Amino acid sequence: MSNMLEVADLGHTYGDYEAIGGLTFTVRAGELVCVVGPSGCGKSTLLRTISGLIEPSRGDVSLKGSHLAVVFQDYQRSLFPWLTVQGNVEFPLRSLPRAERRVRAAEALEWVGLGAAAKKRPWQLSGGMQQRVAIARALAYRPALLLMDEPFASVDAQTRFELEDLLLRVRREHDTTVLVVTHDIDESVYLGDRILVLSGSPAKLVADLEVPLPAERDQVTTRTDEAFVALRSKVARLLNVGGKQTLDVEKWAAAERESLSETVSTSS
Amino acid sequence: MRAFTRGLIGIAGFLALWELLGRSPLIPAHALPPPSAVFGELVTQLTSPEFLSHVVATVLAVLIAIAIAIAIAVPSGLVLGSVPAVRHATRAVIEFLRPIPSVALIPLALVVLGFGPETKITLAVYAALWPILFNTIYALDELDPLLVETSRVFGTGRVGVLFRVALPSALPFVLTGIRLAATTALIVMVSVELMAGAQIGLGYFIMEARSGPGRMDQVLVGTVVAGVIGVLLNNGLERVRRRWVAW
Repeated sequence: MSNMLEVADLGHTYGDYEAIGGLTFTVRAGELVCVVGPSGCGKSTLLRTISGLIEPSRGDVSLKGSHLAVVFQDYQRSLFPWLTVQGNVEFPLRSLPRAERRVRAAEALEWVGLGAAAKKRPWQLSGGMQQRVAIARALAYRPALLLMDEPFASVDAQTRFELEDLLLRVRREHDTTVLVVTHDIDESVYLGDRILVLSGSPAKLVADLEVPLPAERDQVTTRTDEAFVALRSKVARLLNVGGKQTLDVEKWAAAERESLSETVSTSS
Repeated sequence: MRAFTRGLIGIAGFLALWELLGRSPLIPAHALPPPSAVFGELVTQLTSPEFLSHVVATVLAVLIAIAIAIAIAVPSGLVLGSVPAVRHATRAVIEFLRPIPSVALIPLALVVLGFGPETKITLAVYAALWPILFNTIYALDELDPLLVETSRVFGTGRVGVLFRVALPSALPFVLTGIRLAATTALIVMVSVELMAGAQIGLGYFIMEARSGPGRMDQVLVGTVVAGVIGVLLNNGLERVRRRWVAW
C-alpha cells in the first residue's frame, strides 16, 4: 500500500515553547490512523502543520494528492451560518460547474444521512447533525486525506457513538484515508487501524501501534473484545494515565524495551 | 402583544401630558399647540401636494445619502479592517475627523458646494459614514479565525476569504451600522435644511412655518413627520436585518 501522508522530523516551536519535537510517521492509503495524546501535548499544532495552516519550524509534510480536508472539533464555529447546509457542503467546490456542485453536495449529504436537511441552516440542526454536515463538506471535497481534530469531543456520548460508526462506515464505503487527532484513548482504539501515541510537550512519538481488531466494529461487542481492552490498557499505560509522576518518555520507552526483552528471555 | 399594548399606553400618556401642557396657562397657547390641534393640521398637510413634496425631497435625500455612505464606508471598512498598515496610517486622521459635528461643516459646504441639494446630502453622508465604517472594522476584528481557517483549508485565497467569509460574516454588524447611520443622516438632513437656506425639504418647511406666519402647529407637524420617518427607517432596517441575517 502506498503512503498517502509522509511526515518527516516535523517540529514546531512557538517562540521559546517547543510544541512538537520531531515527529516522523506515515499514513498509508485507505488507512484510518488515530493520533492520541494528553490534552495540550501539541496534537492541534500537529494537525495545523499537516493541513498547511501553519508553516512548521522544521521537517517535511508531504501529501500524495492535491488537497486535504479538515473537520474541526468546534462545528458551530466551522460551519458558515449564512449558508444553507447545502451551501456549506458546496463551499469547497466552487471551481466546479454549478450542476456538478449540486450533485456532489447532495451525494455527500446522503452519505451522512442528511439528504433531507439540505435547505436548512446549520444552526437549525443539533450538534451531532452539524458535525455530520462538516463531515459531508469534507467528503464532498474528495480529499486525499481527511484530517479530524477532536471531531466528536463536543457532542454527547450517544451522538458520539453514532458519529464514530458513521465515520467508520463512510470511510469504508469511500475508501477514505483518515487521520483523527483525539485525546480519548477508547475512541482511538475503536476507530483506528493504527494508533500513534504522542506524549510530552514537546509532542514526541511514543508508540506506533497496529490495532488488531477486525474492520467491522460494533460499539457493544468491540469495546468488550479482549484485544480492545488490552490495547486500551496499553495506550493508557503509555500515556501514564492515573500515574503520579510525569512521564519521562525516553526512560519509559527504554524501560519497556527492557521489560519486553526480559519477558522474552524468561519465557524462552 | 403586551409589549405592544404597553407601548400604546406610553404614547397615550405622552399625548395626554402634551395636551395638558398645551392647554395650561403655563405655556403661551401659540408656543405649544396641543396634539389635537397639531393632528388636525397634520391631516390638512398630508393632503397638500406642497407639503408632500417637502417630505419626499427629504426622504429621497436621506436615502441617497445612506446609499453613498454605504458605498464609501463598507469598502473602506473592509480595507481598514483587513490591512493593519492602512488602519494605523489613517487612524490619526479618522480620529480627528470623526468628532467634527456635520453641522459645523455647513459654512464650508455652502462655500464649496453651493446651496443645492449636494450640500445637505454631502453633510448627511459625512455623518452617516462613521457608524458604518466603524461597525465594518469592528466586524472584521470579530471575524472567527476558525471560519477563516476552514475556508483556507478548502483552498480559499486571501481575496476569496475577504468576499466569501469576511464580508458575509460582517453583514449583521454592517446592517446595524447602517441602521444607526440612517437615523443620523435624517437628523443632519433636517438640520441642514433648517439652517442652510434650502429651498425644499422638511427642515425648510419647519423653518418657513416658524419664521413666516409663526404657525407652531405646522412646525410641530413637520417635527412629528420627521420623527415618524425616523421610526420607519429604523424599524424597516431592523426588519431587513432580522429577515436576511437571522443568525
